[in-house]
Amino acid sequence: MKFKRLEAPYLRSDNAVSAMMLQVLVALIPGTIAYVWFFGPGLLINMLLAGLFCVGFEAAMVHLRGRKVEEVLMDYTAIITAVLIAFALPPLTPWWVTATACLFAIVVAKHLYGGIGYNVFNPAMVGYVVALVAFPQHMNLWLPPHIGDMDYGTLSLTQTLAYTMTGNLPVAFDDISRATPLDMVQAGLKQMRTIEEMRALPLMGDFGGRGWEWIGNFIALGGIGLLIRKVIRWHIPVAVIAGVLVPATIAFLIDPGTHAGPGFHLFSGATLLCAFFIATDPVSAAASPSGRLIYGFGIGVLIYAIRQWGAYADGVAFAVLLMNMAVPAIDALTRTRIVGHRGARS
Amino acid sequence: MTAATFDLGKLHGGLRLDANKSQATGQDIVDIPIPTQLVIPLKQHVGEESQPVVAIGERVLRGQLIAECVGELGAPVHASSSGTLVSIEPWPVTRRYGDKTLCMIIETDGLDEEIRHETYPDYDTLVPSELLERIVSGGIVGLGGAVFPTAQKLMQADTCDMDMLILNAVECEPYISCDDMLMRDRAAEVISGAQILLHALGIDECLIGIESDKPEAIDALLNVLAESGDERITIKQVPTIYPSGGEDQLVQLIANREVPSGGLPTDIGCLVQNVGTAAAVHDWIVDGRPLTSRVTTITGNGVGTPMNVRARLGTPVAELAPHAGGYTDHAELLIIGGPMTGKSVSTDDVPVVKATNCVLVMSELPAAGKELPCIRCGECAAACPVQLMPQQLFWYACADDETRLREFGLTDCIECGCCDLVCPSHIPLTFDFRMAKARIREQADEKARAERARRRFEARNERLAHDRDTRDEAQNEQRAEAKKASRNAIAEILARKRDKDTKP
Repeated sequence: MKFKRLEAPYLRSDNAVSAMMLQVLVALIPGTIAYVWFFGPGLLINMLLAGLFCVGFEAAMVHLRGRKVEEVLMDYTAIITAVLIAFALPPLTPWWVTATACLFAIVVAKHLYGGIGYNVFNPAMVGYVVALVAFPQHMNLWLPPHIGDMDYGTLSLTQTLAYTMTGNLPVAFDDISRATPLDMVQAGLKQMRTIEEMRALPLMGDFGGRGWEWIGNFIALGGIGLLIRKVIRWHIPVAVIAGVLVPATIAFLIDPGTHAGPGFHLFSGATLLCAFFIATDPVSAAASPSGRLIYGFGIGVLIYAIRQWGAYADGVAFAVLLMNMAVPAIDALTRTRIVGHRGARS
Repeated sequence: MTAATFDLGKLHGGLRLDANKSQATGQDIVDIPIPTQLVIPLKQHVGEESQPVVAIGERVLRGQLIAECVGELGAPVHASSSGTLVSIEPWPVTRRYGDKTLCMIIETDGLDEEIRHETYPDYDTLVPSELLERIVSGGIVGLGGAVFPTAQKLMQADTCDMDMLILNAVECEPYISCDDMLMRDRAAEVISGAQILLHALGIDECLIGIESDKPEAIDALLNVLAESGDERITIKQVPTIYPSGGEDQLVQLIANREVPSGGLPTDIGCLVQNVGTAAAVHDWIVDGRPLTSRVTTITGNGVGTPMNVRARLGTPVAELAPHAGGYTDHAELLIIGGPMTGKSVSTDDVPVVKATNCVLVMSELPAAGKELPCIRCGECAAACPVQLMPQQLFWYACADDETRLREFGLTDCIECGCCDLVCPSHIPLTFDFRMAKARIREQADEKARAERARRRFEARNERLAHDRDTRDEAQNEQRAEAKKASRNAIAEILARKRDKDTKP
């Protein structure tokens, strides 16, 4: 009798890039719900727009590069990039800012470098940084959280949509815009106010800003789900968090008056989103477990350093891009010790 | 007697695979009747082809030496039943590259007459070196699947400082259960084989590594050990994680020693043998029967009744299926060995050989997902038992960067298939690495050839130069002599002329 010939191994597993990416998207749902709860529907509109732009750009680039469009789009990575861009942008963002971010993320950072697997930089962070540098005036329309005792004006869904399409606010900017907790602390310190004073303000919660810290919790919840399902490994999240906490704790212990505590840094801005969802992009991260610890810790320390001494209130995007640059060096220096060899060769 | 323990070294990575063994372990081992034709390859082991010692047309008996070993890595071959040697011809066998090899074809006569060799039930009265030589002559090779000649390993006892015998009863690949069934059936012979090997090697520590999902086999071994009271032998259970039964991996697990890169377990004092090999040693030394049959698992959804059978070496695989319920509609793939490292063959004409531990007949696999670019997720590195970074190796394999491939340990890859299985981008890493290894070997061969050619060319040039030099010297000398001679001749003529002139 005749049989077909194949190459070993003759088992198949269900592991697939698309399944991994789909789980990442699902894990972002709790954080998204929390964000919308506190800051209104702006995030959803941004996600929708960014999704359309990213998928559109990806389809165009894949077509131009002569690949099969359906096959590439099915890996969901363009949608993850879109969702991360939407999280990074303020909840009120005109559409052309989102479009620019998506253009640079997908066309420049991803496909001009060779597409998935070959991008040196995290595409979402490249897109966000371009938007941040190109449209500084549009990048500071942050809202106060919807919490009962805070009586601020808010925009309805139609008003949010109208702003996104036209860039014209129906109300005075100062009536709805509020500084983020990170902005507030950075500006407050420059005005010689103490952390203790600022912590008494209504925007501040138990650790970070009110509302923000809850979003952080839900982001972390999704992230822990990914860890349990082994979609991501623990090295990068733990290292990023440690990288933020270690310098923050030391500085706080030395001078609590002018340094916000470790809890504030952990639950403010994009620290947790970065730890679980941004820095964990495997393509632009270091390869070995020890390399990933160094990579993550570097991101954490840079986040803290930019917040503390930089011009920007949050430094996640810059921290990630800077460590992306360091990846080849980290990879060269942190090889695993192959069994049977005396030590790691470098 | 020592109880089974879990006291282990550490193995990196590995996978927990569905065992799929219980299908074949429900019933006792079934003996396959002697086939009308036995196909016995001259080469059933790594190393050199054996040399036939019987002529075509000659009658042979079971256990008779029919081919003797040549070279260091050879192993003798014995007839597995009585009959007539009708031809020696190329026949399809199980090999990764190349499909046919020379086989001795024996028409059996059904009498199964046997040659009895000398027996040594009191082997412990023999000097270890004599016993070693006796074992070597039994044609025994490793029955675990790698078929490294046992003799070669045993002979290293002389040159290496060996202090530990390890019996490999792990059988970590899914589906395979022949060692499990052999231990349930013949635990006493396995232990006896271990004792013979211990005496032959002059060492007194033996560890038996066995996967914890074989409680019946463990009990069988423990009972025999309890009866014999042999304290040199310890059973160590290892967790059911593939590939803990890889030779180097097992040594690392149960002896907590690392086999150096490019080396063998014997380099660090460990001799590893399969349990089937131990039983074969017993049969040869105590009963005088060389290795002419083996237990093999025939399983998968391609056969009606998966089971373990005892077949004469040389029995065509096609003869096994009818005893295992025949082929089902799912019989689309035939794999000799396990589903992780076995070899897919195109015909069931291939014979059962010393290495055939499993015949896996199964349905065609679902098409592997389309190969996508590597996203460097690192799952492969997490699964690699040798702690390689397959994602980096893959990168360098694509670039054909030999220096980097060596640096990142391509040659340390054991081709276990773990990285391949977990890869979410469906990259056939094992195949790619095998190809990269082959390319490196080829390049090395070519380099060696070029080097030889260069040396020959240089030698030729030197020789020519030398010839030219000596020839020139000779010519110069000749010329000088000729010149001198002609000068003398002229002088003579002139002198004669002067004489004539002065004598009017």
